[in-house]
Amino acid sequence: MSKYVIIGGSAGGIGAVEAIREVDPMGELTVISEEPFPQYSRPMISEYVSREATLETMKYRGDQFWKNNNVQTHTGRAAVKMDFTKKQVELEDGTKIDFEKLLIATGGKPFVPRMKGGEKDGVFTFTELSSAKGLESKLEQCKSGVVIGGGLIGVSAAEALVKRGINVTLVELKEHILNLILDEKASEIAEKVLTEAGVTVITGQTVQHILGKQDNEDAVGGVVMTDGTEIPCDLVVVAIGVIPRTELVKETDMKLNRGIVVDRFMRTNIPDVYACGDVAEAHDFLLDGNRLLPLWPLAHMGGRVAGYNMAGKKAEYAGGTVMSSLKYFDLPVIAVGNVNPEELDNYEVMVEHQPEKTVYKKILLKDGAIAGFIFLGDLEKAGIFFRLLKNHVDVSEIKDRLLSEDFGIITLPESIRQKMFVVN
Amino acid sequence: MKQISIKEEACIGCGLCQVYCIIEHSKSKDPIKAYRREQPRPVSRVRVETNKPYSISIRCQQCKDTPCVYACLSGAMTLDKETGLVVHDAEKCIGCWTCIMVCPYGAIKPDTSSKIVAKCDLCPNLEVPACVANCPNEALVCEEVKQ
Repeated sequence: MSKYVIIGGSAGGIGAVEAIREVDPMGELTVISEEPFPQYSRPMISEYVSREATLETMKYRGDQFWKNNNVQTHTGRAAVKMDFTKKQVELEDGTKIDFEKLLIATGGKPFVPRMKGGEKDGVFTFTELSSAKGLESKLEQCKSGVVIGGGLIGVSAAEALVKRGINVTLVELKEHILNLILDEKASEIAEKVLTEAGVTVITGQTVQHILGKQDNEDAVGGVVMTDGTEIPCDLVVVAIGVIPRTELVKETDMKLNRGIVVDRFMRTNIPDVYACGDVAEAHDFLLDGNRLLPLWPLAHMGGRVAGYNMAGKKAEYAGGTVMSSLKYFDLPVIAVGNVNPEELDNYEVMVEHQPEKTVYKKILLKDGAIAGFIFLGDLEKAGIFFRLLKNHVDVSEIKDRLLSEDFGIITLPESIRQKMFVVN
Repeated sequence: MKQISIKEEACIGCGLCQVYCIIEHSKSKDPIKAYRREQPRPVSRVRVETNKPYSISIRCQQCKDTPCVYACLSGAMTLDKETGLVVHDAEKCIGCWTCIMVCPYGAIKPDTSSKIVAKCDLCPNLEVPACVANCPNEALVCEEVKQ
């Protein structure tokens, strides 16, 4: 019997361990992690592949994190069976662990569509260290690669490959890369930056199937695009997205939508069972509803909230929303909220574009509050806007000044400042 | 823990806090060398905001809820439990800008030349932080507060 059991040793699991130990330094705590590695920063996979980080430097917490927090770990073994009535988890080697409180932080798995040739040697994903290690070690024998998916992960993969001297083609099914995060204009700027860095960007198409090499049918030799074009390459990175790893609870009474549905306390519908991170559908403060938001910071925050509640300290999850910061190809971008609303008539849009400085800023207002923004090339004050957005603050009074160079905390009306921007 | 606070009514918006912040975080600690010769020049971890006739000097506020710590992708931003201060480890920072996205004061600076962030560290090598010591109108005060 372990008082607390956490399945998953990444952002959510780490956050939960830290929170539990703040409240309960002694209660028996077990972490089950399928990955056979120590805890690491998953977003740093790009740095690992580009050789800017090593397994040592990509550790998210210090060496002895689990030990220092008095955690019993089961690494390299998957949890395969769940019995909520007995309050018991079973691992693949048959070990059974009883729990009082359970956190499911199993994360997401890379979505790999079925395609002909998908099983060939040289096809990788980019969100798991094991696959990234395979990719990293193969790069020295590779000249060119195709990245499928022009989202955040795809762009991060493209950058890592470029840094390793690989000739990269990035393929995005929609008309623009990064289309879930950016608007058309910002995507165009990003596309231009990628192209200048040597990446061939193909949009409006995808890879139909993967070809073998002439002398070795089992190894990746190229791809065939939707329009029939063939692109020779030595490797393919599939970076389309992640889907919640819900297999463990599929056959149970747990309430699932696309992910595990949790309330503001990260509780599932099963008593004493919590979920967080990429596997969970948690609160979105802009939507005022639940949704999948597979983002590291939100997984970590959700894990903390779950941890506190598991240990008996009431905590409420403030929620997240679509929120991304990008650094790839030296193009700094922060984009938050709804930047491509369907009913644009309900929004007031303010834009500032300085092409010579590669600065592009856009703010969308709805009913006087900030509903979304993109800051490209000039990030410093983005966080002020994030707080205004998160708190649904009516900014009508100062809207004409939001994009001015000297905008700052001092621009905010006294009433807003006193409430949420108290400067010491 | 140490805390820098500002008397808004005394701030004249001169910007010297920014200048001395840059000098203190430079290699040479010399104003002319820091400004003229050091490439890349360090960024100021303080920002003077002006809305005439008012001005304020803004830096890391050491938020109790530490949003930057929880958002950090690499583990570079941590809360030092002993001092209660948010500490940035430049070695561990990958410059992902996520902390900037969630800093409500816009107090974390993107240092685009070194490709990492910089924030107020309360000048650990000085008795009194450089911005406070050199504020000509005593608008900045450094004092010990309870954690």
